[in-house]
Amino acid sequence: MTTTELWCDRCGEPATATAHPACASARQLEPPRFCPHCRRRMKVQVLPVGWSAVCVEHGEIRG
Amino acid sequence: MPEILDQARTQVLGDGVGLDQAGVLAVLNLPDEHLPAALQLAHDVRMRWCGPEVEVEGIVSLKTGGCPEDCHFCSQSGLFTSPVRSVWLDIPSLVEAAKQTAATGATEFCIVAAVRGPDARLMKQMREGVAAIKAAVDIQVAASLGMLSKEQVDDLVDMGVHRYNHNLETCRSYFPNVVTTHSWEERWETLRMVRDSGMEVCCGGILGLGETVEQRAEFAAQLAELNPHEVPLNFLNPRPGTPLGDRPVVEGKDALRAIAAFRLAMPRTILRYAGGREITLGDLGTRDGLLGGINAVIVGNYLTTLGRPATADLELLDELKMPVKALSATL
Repeated sequence: MTTTELWCDRCGEPATATAHPACASARQLEPPRFCPHCRRRMKVQVLPVGWSAVCVEHGEIRG
Repeated sequence: MPEILDQARTQVLGDGVGLDQAGVLAVLNLPDEHLPAALQLAHDVRMRWCGPEVEVEGIVSLKTGGCPEDCHFCSQSGLFTSPVRSVWLDIPSLVEAAKQTAATGATEFCIVAAVRGPDARLMKQMREGVAAIKAAVDIQVAASLGMLSKEQVDDLVDMGVHRYNHNLETCRSYFPNVVTTHSWEERWETLRMVRDSGMEVCCGGILGLGETVEQRAEFAAQLAELNPHEVPLNFLNPRPGTPLGDRPVVEGKDALRAIAAFRLAMPRTILRYAGGREITLGDLGTRDGLLGGINAVIVGNYLTTLGRPATADLELLDELKMPVKALSATL
């Protein structure tokens, strides 16, 4: 996580205040749901291979 | 050897007649020390009545989230505080997903939408999408679009959709605890129309919704009565924000007991590993299930969550000497 990632991309809670071990574990089998920069819920499309997540402010990420 | 397994050896393995509800319940209640024998028998039944081939399928969500229904396990309901947002997949991306699926050796590609039932926009998207897939990819197309009218059933047949998925999710007696916006009987009616149309019926459900072991047996018996071509077996993956978000996952041995029991109830069906197996069973359990009655897998990702890499499943099938069903065998 970089210093600009203020929010947990799974639960949307502050990423800096506490660790999110359960979220980190779950994220191995889930795409992100919240933008780590602004906490907006992202539009996420899961595909058979990979996924894409779009934040209206910060653009698209893929995995 | 427990009496129920002796009975199953004669009745199911020998004669191809599935166990009834009481028999399924007896298997579900087997003590741990008899689980290996139950899985071995279920595997023998699968090999005798279905053969060694494994049907591989990929799935994709055409329309995600914003569903008006309240299925308590589902992160795509618009009635819960789930973080899943509504999104539509465009047709080029749909075709690309079908290509990705076919590249794994899969013969089935199921297009899924989170809806009560399809509206005109969704049916138009389906017509265009199925045509585009058929023009570009050598794969069978299945669909899962909720409850259908007779006209919509006929439209899907006309498009060339060969199999329709509509899960009953759980047994009739427990269904009102899981869904309140429509009934089990409404789902059954769609399944009846699909069956009458000549499309293959795909109908399964989710274990771990809070049902009792007795209700799990009831569910297996009701599926056996429906006699679907395919039964996808999911295990609850509790989703944040849903009413079942805090439920525990099914214990691994209970999941394996259920796999054996459902196979012994339905000796000839395609019994497919679907969602939740990764967290319920892990890698070792996946192997145990494939050697305990399972003869089909969803490979790759699911609708809103991620699965094991397709290569991991395909390597396991290779190791187990279970050939992937060829497309020619499905036509």
